[in-house]
Amino acid sequence: MEASKVIHAIYTDDDVLMSAVKKVKAQKHHIEEIYTPFPVHGLDKAMGLAPTRLAITAFLYGCVGITVAITMMNFIMIKDWPQDIGGKPSFSYLENMPAFVPIMFELTVFFAAHLMVITFYLRSRMWPFKKAENPDPRTTDDHFLMEIAVHNNEESLTNLLRETGAVEINIVDNDEDAH
Amino acid sequence: MEYKISNRLKIGAIVLIVLGVLGVGYGFMDASSVTKENITEFLANEDHHGAHATEGHGKAHEDVATHHELDTHGEEAHGAAHAEEDHSMSHEEHVLHQIHNRPWSALYVAAFFFFMIALGVLAFYAIQYAAQAGWSPVLFRVMEGITAYVLPGGLIVLLIAFFADSHIFIWMDEDVVAHDALIQGKAGWLNKTGFMIRGLIFLAGWSVYRIFARKFSVAQDNADINDNRNFKKNFRISAGFLVFYIYTESMMSWDWIMSVDPHWFSTLFGWYVFASMFVSGITVIALITIYLKSKGLLTFVNNSHIHDLAKFMFGISIFWTYLWFSQFMLIWYSNIPEEVTYFVTRIQDYNLPFFGMLALNFIFPLLLLMNSDYKRIPWFVVMAGVVILCGHYIDIFNMIMPATVGDRWFIGIPEIGSILLFGGLFLLVVFTALGKYPLLAKGNPFIKESEHFHY
Repeated sequence: MEASKVIHAIYTDDDVLMSAVKKVKAQKHHIEEIYTPFPVHGLDKAMGLAPTRLAITAFLYGCVGITVAITMMNFIMIKDWPQDIGGKPSFSYLENMPAFVPIMFELTVFFAAHLMVITFYLRSRMWPFKKAENPDPRTTDDHFLMEIAVHNNEESLTNLLRETGAVEINIVDNDEDAH
Repeated sequence: MEYKISNRLKIGAIVLIVLGVLGVGYGFMDASSVTKENITEFLANEDHHGAHATEGHGKAHEDVATHHELDTHGEEAHGAAHAEEDHSMSHEEHVLHQIHNRPWSALYVAAFFFFMIALGVLAFYAIQYAAQAGWSPVLFRVMEGITAYVLPGGLIVLLIAFFADSHIFIWMDEDVVAHDALIQGKAGWLNKTGFMIRGLIFLAGWSVYRIFARKFSVAQDNADINDNRNFKKNFRISAGFLVFYIYTESMMSWDWIMSVDPHWFSTLFGWYVFASMFVSGITVIALITIYLKSKGLLTFVNNSHIHDLAKFMFGISIFWTYLWFSQFMLIWYSNIPEEVTYFVTRIQDYNLPFFGMLALNFIFPLLLLMNSDYKRIPWFVVMAGVVILCGHYIDIFNMIMPATVGDRWFIGIPEIGSILLFGGLFLLVVFTALGKYPLLAKGNPFIKESEHFHY
């Protein structure tokens, strides 16, 4: 299968990389993946990736957090062991709500932040002791690597990539480099 | 990119002013039609018609009792008290005061609201310079236009305070002070001469900054491309102004707002008023920018700039809520009578505006502007902006009215007339100032960065 062959084009500058991505996309080639040492602003849009849905999950996790906070405080402070709050022993959650707002806020943030990070790791398929996927360790230092699948167009792709300013182009068999 | 105030806008603003003057005039006439002679009859009529007042009377006594320094008199004592003590008031006299205070307070609330928009924008503008922000210089001329209202607006607020006297500021009434140990203790700060002198110093400081910032900003346009001296001057005076501003804004909010309840104080009040003026100011920058863009002007403003303004509207709305809640929760929790009376009055007599304001200033901006994409849609930002402005008008309303009119509040002709009057004046001043110089501050060293701002 030809699809198992990929080209690795290596760049040394994020601006060069950005313009290269635009040129490659203009030629209707599909970019499999790009490995960078730091987040490159606007790269996702240039690659044509769908916008992240992480923000939506954060909102939902926040809703879970505030619900947990309300249920928990209601149980602890009102039901299980009713407390006299600030000299106002009304034993009503609603009437004592101001006292609970900081906890509601904190748990909303806590749930949204932690669960969003965990979701991000799962979605990116990262977990402890996982073997690194990046094909070239230099992408963790100062190099940028663009991966494009080869479909009987090795030569034209190589030429195109060289034009865009790649400093190094390797053709890799996917079998050797199985993820 | 030139702009001239269109005739239609000018006539519209003048119509607003005229309508406003009529409304305000009606408010004063209506209030003065109730006098010492017919107040008893007036109240009897009101009760007869089953007006809202009946239930509120007991409470009103209590609130204003504090106000007119009858702290020690409970509700029951009140009736007996005014026979013996000459400084106490009958219910009729008390209501009469509230009725007469209302048009003054309505005028004051609206005047302060529009003034605070301009002052909030001035602070935002200074922050942009002091931070050497790269995204905002395309909006500088819009901000400079709005800040043109700082001086006239501030003078109007001071003038109203001067003429309203004890109609708004009870501590300006010598008779009240004579029987009030607490106000006497504060008389070193709370006296009319000091109030006016401080007000003029604040206004002078803000206006001097505004005049020079505008001058240097325009001079930078005509300067050589390598000559950034005017920009540097602006950077320095902006940093200096911000220091001056944060002190004087705080003192101004004690003087002009917090002192209407002279017994009550809150140490974060200055911050709270600042949050209100900051978010209103940023909202008005966004609204005027969108308006000018819809006229085909400001072509260099892209939707990333609108997005950033909307982010500020969102963020500062939450900041406002944070301060509002910090103030409320501590006082609610500790439940100290002389502090908590402030919120008791508002929750009992101002329930709808008090909690409605939270919905308008917090829930609406939070939900409307949370989504990133919505912050780029002009009509969405306009909708959220209108909600925020209404909410912050009510915020100022809640700060002033409970002290002056008690439970006899309503948003009727005097209030709406005042909004129209100062709204019209604001539009006239701001859009005339906008037409004076090109809409692009082309000499600003960050202008290219700003034009290419993209998020």
